Amino acid sequence: MRSVDAERLSFRLVFGALAGVAIFFLLFPTVIVVLTSFTSSASLRFPPDGLSLRWYAALANAHQMQAAALNSLEVAAGATLISVVLGTTGALALAQSRAGWARLLDSLFMSPLLLPALAFGFAALIYFSLLGLELSRTTLVLGHAAVCVPFVLRTTLASLSQLDPGLLDASASLGAGRFYTFRRVTLPLIGRAVAAGGFLAFMASFDNVPVSLFLADARTEVLPIHLWQIIETDLDVRTAAASGLLILLTLLLMIAAERFAGLSKQLRG
Amino acid sequence: MTLADAANLATPIDHRGRRRPRDAEWRLVLPLGMFMILFFAAPLLVLLVVSLFGEPEMRTLGLAQYARFLGDRFTLGILLDTLVLGAEATLVCLVFGLPLAWVCSKAGPRLQPVLRFLVILPIMTSVVVRTFGWIVILGRQGILNKALLALGLVDDPLRLLFSETGVVIVLAQVQMPLMVLPLLTTLQRIDPNLWAASSALGAGSWRTFRRVILPLTLPGIAAGCMLVYAACTTAFVTQTLIGGARLVYMPLYIFQQATGANNWPFAAAMSVLLMIAVLVVVSLLNLLGRTRRGADA
Repeated sequence: MRSVDAERLSFRLVFGALAGVAIFFLLFPTVIVVLTSFTSSASLRFPPDGLSLRWYAALANAHQMQAAALNSLEVAAGATLISVVLGTTGALALAQSRAGWARLLDSLFMSPLLLPALAFGFAALIYFSLLGLELSRTTLVLGHAAVCVPFVLRTTLASLSQLDPGLLDASASLGAGRFYTFRRVTLPLIGRAVAAGGFLAFMASFDNVPVSLFLADARTEVLPIHLWQIIETDLDVRTAAASGLLILLTLLLMIAAERFAGLSKQLRG
Repeated sequence: MTLADAANLATPIDHRGRRRPRDAEWRLVLPLGMFMILFFAAPLLVLLVVSLFGEPEMRTLGLAQYARFLGDRFTLGILLDTLVLGAEATLVCLVFGLPLAWVCSKAGPRLQPVLRFLVILPIMTSVVVRTFGWIVILGRQGILNKALLALGLVDDPLRLLFSETGVVIVLAQVQMPLMVLPLLTTLQRIDPNLWAASSALGAGSWRTFRRVILPLTLPGIAAGCMLVYAACTTAFVTQTLIGGARLVYMPLYIFQQATGANNWPFAAAMSVLLMIAVLVVVSLLNLLGRTRRGADA
């Protein structure tokens, strides 16, 4: 019996230690970025020599960065809108059927999550240019939407699979039309999942690099690529301030998504 | 009669016959299907066609680009490095992610949402931001080197930035949530009585974990590894910022050839090869997850 106790202890110690290291490393870089952003010096030394908000103030004059951020927001909004509409309707159709074609389509629509996104970004560049379409914000939104749809599809499908089909039959047998049933029964029940998927799609688009790398040009520069270039060329402390701001916004959006859409529960599936 | 009662009454009748009015809803898949054909499948098809051209001017068809890539030690090495990098980062993710998911699944009702939130937070934070944090940590003047020097563990600062070890560490951290979430889902589905039963029969914790829990977790492990592997092999930002200019992986090389050298057919052939390589690994993992699921059912 003693050896069992010792084994239990060693198991708990090892797993606890590894999990502790994991959670520490998950949060460590984010915390460091936030702390560094308050430095008063012009270098990224850590710990900071002194504290100030000067780099946050400097963001007010970073016009190129602001333009990139605004563009990113607009592109993400567009890509999210397309993803939510197409993802929800697609999920409604796929959830109805257990036939082979539905499962095949399901995995095809999910494939953007598994295929190297960079290869798709390049493919989209070739495609649009061979079609004679000039790169624009529209082509960027379309490219983003293709890789963001799976997020909405996944959360919505998971939620539809929990939906009792009897509720829809009940609504129909009580005389409700299909659209009325969708609006009054289905949508309220899957709404949170759709919202969570939309949130994920928005974040994925806002943070997308592999597709933007090929589809964004000087006129449609997006924030992650702009930041990437700054870090690549000269490490500007303004990047730390911009990162701090992004972390704060992400945190606020996540708390909102958790409140209104039960984000972490939706990610279970 | 409540709505739920009505539903229960209605269910058996409707479920006998398969033809229900809402079967017509399959048409709702058309907008998504059209969109994905036009803006996802078609570009990939064009990519495949372009990769079959022999020269940047795209005149002759053939497998010249593939022969050139696979016949060159240098380029082939880049592909292998990329695939190995993905495997290493995935392994690190699994070694740390599995215990983390385990602790999450055992945590009490108060602690669990907090842990879950902490796991999701990093994946929502921009990859550029997270990678940037690592630059501050891993640099020659970075926190880690300062700490190691102060503790007297090393005499000279380590070169962590621009090293493969650095890229593996950062990739593992950046993609960790993709591993933990599917693992957590599978672990939570396991009947807690199994653990108790195994203990009651005299098996120790390690043995129970290895013989009971681990086999049941395989679908989650496979799903997590698939997602992490796919993400690591295409992680342009982390690879370039942490790896620097000397460590070249496929995404950067494709990008350089596509935009810098303007050699579309060669870059397309590389993209196709990267896709095939990743798909093969992902399919194998998928198969692993599926056979287990089949055996358990």
